[in-house]
Amino acid sequence: MPEIEIDGIVTQAPDGATIMEVAEQLGVYIPHFCYHKKLSIAANCRMCLVQVEKAPKPVPACATPATNGMKVFTHSPLAAKAQQGVMEFLLINHPLDCPICDQGGECQLQDLAVGYGMGASRYQEEKRVVFHKEAGPLVSMQEMSRCIHCTRCVRFGQEIAGVMELGMVNRTMHSEIVTFLGRSIDSELSGNMIDLCPVGALTSKPFRFAARAWELSRLPSISPHDSVGANLTVQTLANRVMRVLPRENEAVNECWISDRDRFSYEGVNSPERLTRPQIRVDGKLREVDWSVALDYVAHGLRDIVNTHGADEIAALAAPWSTLEEMHLLQKLVRGLGSGNVDFRPRRMDFAPSGVPAGARWLGMRIAELNELDTALVVGSFVRKDIPLFAQRLRQAAKHNGTRVTLISLGNDDPLMSMHEHVVVAPSELPAALARVVKAAALQCRVPVPAGLEAIVPDIPSEAIATSLRVRGRSMIFLGRVAVQHPHAVQIHVLAQHLSDITGAKIGFFSDAGNIVGGYLSGALPSARNAHSMFTDPRCAYVLLGLEPELDCHNPQLALAALRQADLRVVLSPFVSETMREYADVLLPVTPFTETSGTFVNAEGRVQSFKGVVRPLGDSRPAWKVLRVLGNLLELEGFNQDSSEEVRDAVLPPASLKDGQFASGLDNCIKLPIDAAALVPAKGILERVADVPIYFSDPLVRRAPALQKTNDAQAPTARMSSRTLAQAGVVAGSLVRLRQESLAGSASGAGEAMLTAVLDDGVPDGCIRVSAGHPSTAALGAMFGAISVEAV
Amino acid sequence: MAILGSINPILTAGLDGDRSWRLADYVARGGYSALRRIIAERTTPEQIIAEVKKSVLRGRGGAGFPTGLKWSFMPRTLPGDKYLICNSDEGEPGTFKDRDLLRYNPHAVIEGMVIAGYAIGATRGFNYIHGEIWELYQRFEDALAEARAEGLVGKHILGGDFTFELFAHHGYGAYICGEETALLESIEGKKGQPRFKPPFPASFGLYGKPTTINNTETLASVPFILNMGGDAFLAAGKANNGGPKLFSVSGHVERPGNYEVPMGTPFATLLEMAGGVRGGRKLKGVIPGGSSSPVLSAELMMDCTMDYDSIAKAGSMLGSGAVIVMDETTCMVKALERLSYFYYEESCGQCTPCREGTGWLYKIIQRIENGLGRPEDLDLLSSITGNIMGRTICALGDAASMPVQSFLKHFRDEFAYHIEHGRCLVPREVQRAGSGFFTASA
Amino acid sequence: MQNSLMLTPELIARIDREIAKYPVEQKQSAVMAALAIAQEAAGWLSPEAIEAVASYLEMSPVAALEVATFYNMYDLKPVGRHKLTVCTNLPCMLSGGMHALEYLQEKLGIGLDETTPDGKFTLKQGECMGACGDAPVLLVNNRHMCCSMTPAEIDRLLAELD
Ligand SMILES: Cc1cc2nc3c(=O)[nH]c(=O)nc-3n(C[C@H](O)[C@H](O)[C@H](O)COP(=O)(O)O)c2cc1C
Ligand code: SF4
Ligand code: FES
Repeated sequence: MPEIEIDGIVTQAPDGATIMEVAEQLGVYIPHFCYHKKLSIAANCRMCLVQVEKAPKPVPACATPATNGMKVFTHSPLAAKAQQGVMEFLLINHPLDCPICDQGGECQLQDLAVGYGMGASRYQEEKRVVFHKEAGPLVSMQEMSRCIHCTRCVRFGQEIAGVMELGMVNRTMHSEIVTFLGRSIDSELSGNMIDLCPVGALTSKPFRFAARAWELSRLPSISPHDSVGANLTVQTLANRVMRVLPRENEAVNECWISDRDRFSYEGVNSPERLTRPQIRVDGKLREVDWSVALDYVAHGLRDIVNTHGADEIAALAAPWSTLEEMHLLQKLVRGLGSGNVDFRPRRMDFAPSGVPAGARWLGMRIAELNELDTALVVGSFVRKDIPLFAQRLRQAAKHNGTRVTLISLGNDDPLMSMHEHVVVAPSELPAALARVVKAAALQCRVPVPAGLEAIVPDIPSEAIATSLRVRGRSMIFLGRVAVQHPHAVQIHVLAQHLSDITGAKIGFFSDAGNIVGGYLSGALPSARNAHSMFTDPRCAYVLLGLEPELDCHNPQLALAALRQADLRVVLSPFVSETMREYADVLLPVTPFTETSGTFVNAEGRVQSFKGVVRPLGDSRPAWKVLRVLGNLLELEGFNQDSSEEVRDAVLPPASLKDGQFASGLDNCIKLPIDAAALVPAKGILERVADVPIYFSDPLVRRAPALQKTNDAQAPTARMSSRTLAQAGVVAGSLVRLRQESLAGSASGAGEAMLTAVLDDGVPDGCIRVSAGHPSTAALGAMFGAISVEAV
Repeated sequence: MAILGSINPILTAGLDGDRSWRLADYVARGGYSALRRIIAERTTPEQIIAEVKKSVLRGRGGAGFPTGLKWSFMPRTLPGDKYLICNSDEGEPGTFKDRDLLRYNPHAVIEGMVIAGYAIGATRGFNYIHGEIWELYQRFEDALAEARAEGLVGKHILGGDFTFELFAHHGYGAYICGEETALLESIEGKKGQPRFKPPFPASFGLYGKPTTINNTETLASVPFILNMGGDAFLAAGKANNGGPKLFSVSGHVERPGNYEVPMGTPFATLLEMAGGVRGGRKLKGVIPGGSSSPVLSAELMMDCTMDYDSIAKAGSMLGSGAVIVMDETTCMVKALERLSYFYYEESCGQCTPCREGTGWLYKIIQRIENGLGRPEDLDLLSSITGNIMGRTICALGDAASMPVQSFLKHFRDEFAYHIEHGRCLVPREVQRAGSGFFTASA
Repeated sequence: MQNSLMLTPELIARIDREIAKYPVEQKQSAVMAALAIAQEAAGWLSPEAIEAVASYLEMSPVAALEVATFYNMYDLKPVGRHKLTVCTNLPCMLSGGMHALEYLQEKLGIGLDETTPDGKFTLKQGECMGACGDAPVLLVNNRHMCCSMTPAEIDRLLAELD
């Protein structure tokens, strides 16, 4: 470790560290623009020039390695003159109209110009003008004259997002940042470029000129959208959320957030917000006072219990509900005597009762993703399902040589270097994993698990098995598709065998923000689960925070069950047309920005947060609504004064590891392999259903800017050229898609009309039709047979 | 032909213009004998490097760095790919020697590259050829094909166990790609933007692999060094300035062209070889080492000998050996304006002082030339150059600044006159006539 | 699909020869050559051509655009049948490079960066071409260098080019 001295402070520098890094550790600030700790070193802005003893010229601190005996002066006359000179150059062509700039007040250039600039400008020539550009609905490129060419945005694309959408074209002072032909920036991480831009060149389109930075309050929060649990800073003004920014947490989201985390706040202010309780009177929904609505619910539920039995009540919570909400909901249902409660609406296959299910989690800490030697990801559209996990794997593959393998249902580019990428039809997913299990067993010379007799490994499965066996840290991750698969349990069982054989551990890439919290909250069924509560319809349903027609495994099945019920109680921040059709009671509860609560992320990190604005209209935090309901129903244990009290009852502080990680997480499953699950479907067209990133929950679905992105385009029926030919339909034409009802159920069938699109990335014999969108809500299950015909 | 004269020629000895560039001609001149001997005698790389060190061959690309020393930085025994790059991106205004080497003696470059590749343990080499001399890029491809066919390049060269693939890569119009790390970026298929050093190419070069970059003339000298011995090559020049050197003489001389003379030859001799100042007019100033080197007044220049040390003593640099001669018909403001435009136009746009500073310099000088100068402009120009020099990623920042500083130093009065009178000391017609364009015979 | 429209098999074959110069995983190294080949075929580099080259070399289109806009000899707008690039840098200027350019402007009746109405000539100013001994020089269509230009030489050249 070299010993170096900066401004008189002597310190040990880590090997290979630059002057900038050492200074940062010491808390010595060296001005900079292009340097960013997460990006490669460009050393192009030259703002960080410092003096080094014996060096004839000032050196850039960001790029100069600290060497033994080095003496650095960051404020000496030489350094100051160099910094001042650079600042003058940066400003000569930069507009000096901070008061009208959107970045005013939070501009690094503005800040540093004050500290390091000179008074008057010596530049008398004409200033450069750079034309504004169009780059899609999220990132504004209206003020490109302000660009200081630090290339942070370009490097972000290349290095972090994995796709170079921005480039700096031309040379000389005419260099400018562009997208190719003015195309939109489509990366799901694009908003981070806005944060990275040290000036007002790249700004947030939704936020542009909405407020001045210094007027805003900044409050911490947690993103509900995926299981990263990204730490947020929410900025508010006059009780309105104005902007969401990442709150740095190296162990969770580093300094990044996905665009979904960033721009979903717009949905909070959606015109579809439900602000007054409503009950159905004479067939019509009427606004009523809370007390009336809650009385209605309490009586309704009591009536059902009394006349039909408690087992006729079912409750389903969205997996983005808080721990407290889910806990009180299940407590309510159980208090009434029912065991029909769940929080996994997109799941259909559950382990038989009696098989203990631990809280399914990542199987490790998030930060460890970067250190893996091998990662096998099964059944995930990983980049769009959990953008920041994909980002970590991308860095891992690049900097750590991690072998990343994907077994998935489409060839969506994960934008990282892949060890293997196997694309299979949904019904072949278990078999594809089984091949890896068998290959691993044969390679390790251990007995092949029973049930795999008919399985024959192929070249990719051999390679994957080998990669998992190689010494080091290996993980098998089960993604959204694996969990929502009709053979989800068998996939898990196969993964368990693979884990037993290779020593790789199992983890879950859960999509929604509070899956782990759901398990811990106790909202697990002791009778009917999220699927069977619809296949075996009940008299009363209580829904929390979801839209079944968009958020359930089989929207039509769910809707049919709801339609036949006698009482439908909906606790939701939003109201939709469909909801108005079936709901008997609409209770306006608040989104995450208006309530306190807790999300437990994939790694089991317990993250509590507070509301950042007051509830809109008459809406109330759901945990409070459920508590009052519990009291009205005269149930035990509904007297908490705060959400913290609820949380502490579920997760006693003493039970937390390191004060922040939940215990009781367990991915183990012990069940025999069922050879029947390993037989791919024959003679049918299968549906491949992804849940596109901006259709994934009610909040994002109502965020206008996100809905304008390319990722939010309405679903189509995507097929390979073979499938198109087989089905006798033409790409570009309108087709009718049809799904049959579930075996043993009279409901769950449906039809939709979509445009057929050629996509050779879809496995042959499959049609990719996204879920989560109104245009496909009329279809049936996310998996299984689907038919297509020309219209 | 544009090699118009020589004293004790080595690199250009026996050349017969466009008629003698082929392999057979080169072999007839003794070409490839050094390579054959190395392969046959299994000369060790250390021996070759020692010989080159002895010759005190200094890089002909401009910086004059000792070639043998540079080669010894290569981690020769490190496993994996290593590269040798020949820098034929000759774009420094005034320099046109590499063009003539590629034109008349391409096989000397190839042989030099193969030997250098052998000495530094390279597996593959590229010759990066200036885009505008496309015809010579194609000629080099032809010469390479000849060499490949003879087993002089490629797998198991001359039946030995040395394998070295060699290819031509053309530029497409960017001066900055002459800078060695910009050149590497360019070969990697990117914009030619210089890299910050360290790391140096010898440890992190092309594709992140150890790489050595040498100028065309440097590499072309190598076979001759090995044939005549390092000592003899050194003796052909002057102490600390080994060998002969090609000087590109351009501007106001009777016979602009390349001249191969021993290092240390008096400038006066070189000027005389070039036919003296055009039309017998009076010498005003000389840029002795390519446009980036500081201009010298006629008096200072006439006292110089053509070698690194003498020119440095006079306050300039031998650089690439491009001698730009300016006579009394030259408007020094206009000359500087044109040079400043060049650096502004060729800045890669990457680092702030160069991107912004070169444009600023140019705009001010242009204003002065257009009669809109202000008294404070000259101090401002000095101050701006001071803020560019030593603050940039690559030496282009210095290269853009030194002309400004030196023109102001040696011809300040002319700039002051421009500012004061809004016009030039040298009447327009005189300037116009000075170029000889309208009077030249076809 | 897209690149087969823009890049004919002949062009692909030429590009493949360039790709072969570089290590297998370094296809992108051939981008300068591939862009030059595409430009030679079409007379200029359209955005479609740039994208076709990018996709053939498996690089992002904006990265190819960076290259195409960085190097002077790529033409991102259509040019005349003969693009004449006159060097006006100092050494050429001392021997009449600027005058040669003015002379051409007058003869062709166009300004810098303009094309004659018949689409025959485009006039460009160039930087040092490494041929200062033959000043003034000009480059025809990026390929052929004409040396020691005089008014008479220029007249002859213009007459020869059709
Ligand atoms: C702006 C700039 C332009 C350069 N142009 C050239 C050039 O055209 N040819 C060249 O050989 N070296 C050029 N160089 C020098 C190279 O960076 C490098 O030092 C040289 O090729 C090394 O070869 P040598 O050691 O044989 O001289 C240039 C340097 C700079 C900073
Ligand atoms: S000094 Fe100029 S040419 Fe060199 S890296 Fe900086 S901007 Fe580019
Ligand atoms: S921060 Fe070091 S050069 Fe920009």
